[in-house]
Amino acid sequence: MRRYILHRLALLVPTLVLVSMLVFGLQQLLPGDPALALAGEQRDPQVIEFIRHRYHLDQPLPVQYLLWICSVLQGDLGESIRIQRPVLDLVAEKLPVTIELTLFAMVIALGIGIPAGVLAAVKRGTGWDILANAVALWGLSTPNFWLGILLILLFSVELGWLPASGFVSPAESLGRNLATLIMPAFVLGNAIAAVVMRHTRSSMLQALRSDYVRTARAKGLSELRVILRHALPNALQPVITLGALEFGGLLSGAVLTEQVFTIPGFGKLIVDAVFNRDYAVVQGVVLVTATFYTLLNLAADVLYAVVNPRLRS
Amino acid sequence: MTRLALLALACLVSAPALADSLKIGLASDPDSLDPVLSRSFVGRTVMAAFCDKLFDISPSLEIVPQLATAWSWSQDGKQLTINLRSGVVFQDGEPFDAAAVKFNIERDVNFPGSNRRSELPPIESVDAVDPLTVRITLKAPFAPLVGVLTDRAGMMLSPKAASAPGADMANHPICAGPFKLIERVPQDRIVVERFDRYWNKDHIKLDRITYLPLPDATVRLANLKSGDLDLIENVLPTDLPEIQANPKLGTARVALLGYEGIAINLANGPQAKTPFGSDARVRHAFELSLDRDAINEVVYAGQAIVDDQFVSPDSPFHDEKLKPPARDIAKAKALLQAAGAPNPAVTILIGTSPEQQQLAQMVQAMAQEAGFEIKLQAIEFASGLAADQRGDFQATLAGGAWSGRIDPDGNTYSFLHSGGALNDSHYANAEIDKLLDEARAAASPAERKILYNRVQELEAQDLPIIYLTHRSWSWGFTKSLHGFTPVPDGLIRVVDLGKS
Repeated sequence: MRRYILHRLALLVPTLVLVSMLVFGLQQLLPGDPALALAGEQRDPQVIEFIRHRYHLDQPLPVQYLLWICSVLQGDLGESIRIQRPVLDLVAEKLPVTIELTLFAMVIALGIGIPAGVLAAVKRGTGWDILANAVALWGLSTPNFWLGILLILLFSVELGWLPASGFVSPAESLGRNLATLIMPAFVLGNAIAAVVMRHTRSSMLQALRSDYVRTARAKGLSELRVILRHALPNALQPVITLGALEFGGLLSGAVLTEQVFTIPGFGKLIVDAVFNRDYAVVQGVVLVTATFYTLLNLAADVLYAVVNPRLRS
Repeated sequence: MTRLALLALACLVSAPALADSLKIGLASDPDSLDPVLSRSFVGRTVMAAFCDKLFDISPSLEIVPQLATAWSWSQDGKQLTINLRSGVVFQDGEPFDAAAVKFNIERDVNFPGSNRRSELPPIESVDAVDPLTVRITLKAPFAPLVGVLTDRAGMMLSPKAASAPGADMANHPICAGPFKLIERVPQDRIVVERFDRYWNKDHIKLDRITYLPLPDATVRLANLKSGDLDLIENVLPTDLPEIQANPKLGTARVALLGYEGIAINLANGPQAKTPFGSDARVRHAFELSLDRDAINEVVYAGQAIVDDQFVSPDSPFHDEKLKPPARDIAKAKALLQAAGAPNPAVTILIGTSPEQQQLAQMVQAMAQEAGFEIKLQAIEFASGLAADQRGDFQATLAGGAWSGRIDPDGNTYSFLHSGGALNDSHYANAEIDKLLDEARAAASPAERKILYNRVQELEAQDLPIIYLTHRSWSWGFTKSLHGFTPVPDGLIRVVDLGKS
């Protein structure tokens, strides 16, 4: 197992090199000149020239890439041209926000999705199944943006229970932190819960039809034990994969939800950076996100082994 | 039980109430907060809280002293003498004096990457005549200078703080304004706190202001309605009736100093070689096909100012005699026939905002009735800028808008003077060049008005830019807000602003 993990960690290096090349290369395909976009409405040629020189935009692409990679290896992700702040500072500032929102959303997604999926599979064809499917359909087909606005109108404008938007750090006030995050986390979790429910349901159905479940029942085990101890761990494997992918997706920034609730996370950071052609920020954020994504996939593979003893050997 | 739960929830989420604090919703996140590097409109709004300027603009568009007390021009129009306010200190306790003004003006010109350099004329010298008098000597007369100093070029930073090793004025500016910057979390909030040694401190009614960037207008409005914000900027014209109908909320509106228009490529590369670019009659026909009032009603809910000039009707430089031509399809068709192009095709670049797309669709539908074949091409901001500059456009709505300056020079010179930095149309008219140069040198406003009115007349003949409207800028606020004064530059003045 340890060898496997070390092997996977070693693979992280070429993956990240490839990602860094891709993000660097793809950015160059964006139309528009970053120096021009960042020179302000006066478009002073001297300012444009200054930006090009200071941020090495006047160098050939391979040189620009090497300069960037060298600084990254020294722990420097560059500087945002738009607000003159180190990208590392921005990442350090936004990452905890995004991680907290992501965790919160995943708790909601798994907390709703897995039990609903199990229930729908166990009570297949009954009213419970139809209800769970209907809720899943609602979750899948509700646009985040719309649901977000609707929740704000209900809980903030009409009822006045929750703040309409913004973010308060848990260090400042845990209560207000949760209050600011509950609506965006629900919006994100709601959509993922639907997918999780569908996957849990179908793999549970498969598991419930398997021989080992029949054997467990024949041994006279209680139905609850059969479901939770025998069927569910096996049925969870595809859900773990899905959860890791969704988790990674959320970490790269929930753009629309962050926009609606004004959560200062990765999504807002990267969208602003792309529109302003703030290359260093885009590159830095994508690199950090890719690292997380790869690590999450690794964690998912390790989790397989935890829930499925056959894989441990 | 439910009541108990609600009470617990309320205890959990209630924020500490600060009677003298204000929350303002901004339309976007500011960029650099260093006056020399700042590029964005929203940055100016925030900086107005902590960075006083030499001069300011009054609601009636007059230039009024702020850190200055008076100013005078020499006979030859090359020397501007500015008298300064006494007893002013920067937020680091350093005194504000003529040496500080000299430092800041020189910083505007010399700072690497300065966005202010192109706004200022070539300067011979800046001299501290005495501690409270500064003299700026120019290489050539430049009447718009005082107007330029009402904006970021006139903002004063503490020389000691700005010249300290490792100074970071982009994130920690130290000025002489009514509030001092306490915290900035990009894309989240900017917090300023009352500066107790402010020269005009009796007029500061608040202890703290928090600026929150909320780019979505619907979200801004929801926050205002829920009481999470006290004041929001850039209210959509279509949202105004809803706010006005709410007894707890109020609105204010100004016509901005800039304009919305369509810039046409006249000589910038091969894309200019269309009937649209080469024949003024085609452009006139296009203008005659447009109904500006209908555009205003549909796109701006009647809130914009319909006009065809580069300055708004509020400006003393506006030409009252000139009226936008009424829609006349028959005349437009006749002009197209005369030009030998009954169905000219043109592609218009448009921005991605819903408002701009709506405007473009109206223009397209109206012009088609006169025989134009209009294609719309949506383009996002950075790509649009690049396309405009390299001449990759036939006409552009995206690049036809300008935020505006108080002096008409700021709305004309760069756009209409041949070789102007923003003259993407490559428009060249020797007479206009001469008039614009003369208007820079002319000392009296009356004389300058005559010159700018003449520029407007000539421009209306050639139509390199077809001005459509002056946009209005609206704020929404809670009725507990008092002392809010709307100014046509669209910035929020915090002096006298309070909350009951």
